Amino acid sequence: MSSLQEGDLDLRGTRAPSRLQAARGTEESAQGAEKPFQEVMDVSTGDPHRAGMKPVSFVRQVLAACVYPKLLDEKSLPLDARQRANTLLGVCSGRSVGSYCATAYGIPYVCKSVTEFIMRRDGGVSSNPEDIVISSGSTKTLLIVLHLMASGEGETPTGVLTPMPCPHTLPTLLNMAGLTLVPYQLLEDQGWAVELDELHRALRTTRGHCSPRAIYISNPGNPTGHVQDRKSIEEVIRFAATEGLVLLADEVYQDSVYGQGTESLSYKRVLFEMGKEYSKKVELVSFHSLSSACMGECGLRGAYMEAVNLDPVVMKYLRDAQAPSSPPVLPQLALEVMVNPPTPEDPSYKTYSQEILHSMTTLSQNAQRACEFLNDLSGIKCQPARGGVFLFPRLHLPPQMVEEAKMLGVEADVLYCQRLLEEEGVRLGAGCENGQVDPNFHIR
Amino acid sequence: MKKLDNTVLARRANQIKEELRQKLRKPYKQVIDLYWGDPHAAGVKPLSFVRQVLAACLYPDLVNSNTLPVDVRQRAQRLLGECAGGSVGSYTATAGIPEIVHRISEFITKRDGGAPSDPENIYISPGSQWALRNILKVLVNSQASPRTGVLTPGPEEQGWELHVEELHRALDSAKGLCNPVALYVINPGNPAGYVQSRKTMQEVIRFASEKRLFLLADEVYQECVHGEKSEFLSYKRVLSEMGPPLSDTVELASFHSASKGFMGECGLRGGYVELIALDLMTDPPQPGDPSYPLYSEETQHIKTMMVHNVKRVFEVLNSLPGFSCKPMEGGGFAFPRLHLPPKAIQKAKEMEMEPDLFYCMRLLEEAGVLVKPGMENGPKEGTHHIRFCIMNPEDTMEEMLSRLSSFHTQFMKDFS
Repeated sequence: MSSLQEGDLDLRGTRAPSRLQAARGTEESAQGAEKPFQEVMDVSTGDPHRAGMKPVSFVRQVLAACVYPKLLDEKSLPLDARQRANTLLGVCSGRSVGSYCATAYGIPYVCKSVTEFIMRRDGGVSSNPEDIVISSGSTKTLLIVLHLMASGEGETPTGVLTPMPCPHTLPTLLNMAGLTLVPYQLLEDQGWAVELDELHRALRTTRGHCSPRAIYISNPGNPTGHVQDRKSIEEVIRFAATEGLVLLADEVYQDSVYGQGTESLSYKRVLFEMGKEYSKKVELVSFHSLSSACMGECGLRGAYMEAVNLDPVVMKYLRDAQAPSSPPVLPQLALEVMVNPPTPEDPSYKTYSQEILHSMTTLSQNAQRACEFLNDLSGIKCQPARGGVFLFPRLHLPPQMVEEAKMLGVEADVLYCQRLLEEEGVRLGAGCENGQVDPNFHIR
Repeated sequence: MKKLDNTVLARRANQIKEELRQKLRKPYKQVIDLYWGDPHAAGVKPLSFVRQVLAACLYPDLVNSNTLPVDVRQRAQRLLGECAGGSVGSYTATAGIPEIVHRISEFITKRDGGAPSDPENIYISPGSQWALRNILKVLVNSQASPRTGVLTPGPEEQGWELHVEELHRALDSAKGLCNPVALYVINPGNPAGYVQSRKTMQEVIRFASEKRLFLLADEVYQECVHGEKSEFLSYKRVLSEMGPPLSDTVELASFHSASKGFMGECGLRGGYVELIALDLMTDPPQPGDPSYPLYSEETQHIKTMMVHNVKRVFEVLNSLPGFSCKPMEGGGFAFPRLHLPPKAIQKAKEMEMEPDLFYCMRLLEEAGVLVKPGMENGPKEGTHHIRFCIMNPEDTMEEMLSRLSSFHTQFMKDFS
């Protein structure tokens, strides 16, 4: 008998077509199996490079020189890239990206650059390097906070108010951390807006069955593409303040607000502009990462969080959470470049700004085109997106298909995605992964 | 919340480093930090081939320029071809790029004299600690009473050998207290640099089988074998060569990493970067490749450095009264024993510190040398040790030994 049978196994079967199936599709096609497509197109995750978007040159040039310092003298690399690499190597032990990061919370120089970025972004609202914790990817960073919330004693399990739909990885993370997902519905007909009454309703459902401690929100919304205006952000902040909830603001797509006339506002900025009554009270943790739209460096695994108004003991715990290990060095250097890009006087500025503009334009055009196209098809209705990297259209599926799915023991949107993969070689995400339940079928 | 017993040491070290930066006067110009196994921080240079390939993968324009050797460019091209979208920035598959996993599997088969390795059994993770943590999550039943136990080594006295009697004793001691499900071994040893013999390993395997324990073999130091008579054998190989029924039934997870050995790339973790590092580690330049001469020179240099350091540490420490040091056969650390005078032990008690921590604090303050107190590695009660990394440039090692000797002689005098 295997020792494995003794362990806690939460074997949640993946319901939607796995990446393995998608890869097999491409492989089978490559081996000449009869398929109407040459290669599977996988757009189910927010992975721009996989889809063919190019990385930001400046970032890669700096990283290359950091990894292989002989390139510091290589004339074919722009001078400012080489100078930046030289500076960054100076903050690595032994001037090598191969040495351990000296702290469990991130290279201090990078934390400082992050705060400078935050201050510039937020019109001067102050930011403290001691409030920053860096980790290998936003999943890991979020987990550090989630684990913390699940600790301690209590009769009822800790609950986290979670938007429906939410990022497809979130339900698994909450489960891993031992937290209860408390859903609040976003209003599809209003472009997936957040509604205060719905937040209150969700909170009422927790009575007697879980202890709500936090509210999670992503802005721009993943997968909805909704961007909150100031009023909406203020409502959420007031709600969190009144109900004593920690506010978890996932802002990884803050760099991709493309909607006409839409302003990009951070939760931090709005909080501080609401005055001391809120800015000194509300516990806010904001997340950002290399997986942002313009960087698209999902595979490099780098993210940070800024936590304000947390108890100093809690903050210390967050900073020590990765000890005795430490976050990997190379992604931190990429983060530094992300938050401190070339400025107009720099030689690389022209190329850099062109590349960013290209990304934004591509996003914006794709969003518009895809939305129009889908709305022209019968059986699909798509809300316009204003930011982020996803669209989340609704499927109006024929009853026979819903029946068939039931008989096969899968969700109807999963069945739709499986068929699409097999017949057209396109891999999408099924809306049920984002928490959308029957009969609201969606694809991502 | 886990508190590190020696945070006071780490904090003081950071303070001193800061004071030195601000040019405060001290009897030394910089702190020699041998606390972690971090060769690059100590000044050991990374392998050129590894860094060249990584640079080209990060910035593919280099693949087409003549800046880098041909085999570097070809390797980068191959690796990029295996990354989604040709970029190291896209998400990797959960278990790693299939082609790299295959090559690792081939490396393992070759290493183990032909014992077959199945790519399906290989998982790549951001650092070995992460993988270990996840296996433990699967093995541990957090609801169980009594709690799940894992047999873990503390360094032994007799040549650091693993004695099966000790395993039995440990298992017996668990009765009623916890339910052991796994046995963790580390070979070559950390901190004690012992390389296990085939006979010992067979005994361990038989024990694991008999007691139905999941065997966790941490082999991250497999590249670091410097003892002349020592040979690294993997648990996989030994198990496979023992044949059925053991080879078909004993559950074994073996760990390896790019952090140790020649690579020393502790900071390179995560995503494709990790995969590339592993690919290069398991499939290095071969004779005939343009990069081979430089690669071979650099790895030879590191080997020579290790052998030299091991010899010097052994000589110097054994010549100091109050120190005894066993020969190091492998691994990246030295773990000498301190024979502290009673007065020093008394002083440590007064200061509410373990004696080895007390010694290390003094060593840091007075000589600017940072080493790890042995108490963390859980040796026998009443014995004291220090642990320090030996993967350093020879002159750093020499400087450290010199400072340690002066300090130690004075210390023994002060507390005589």
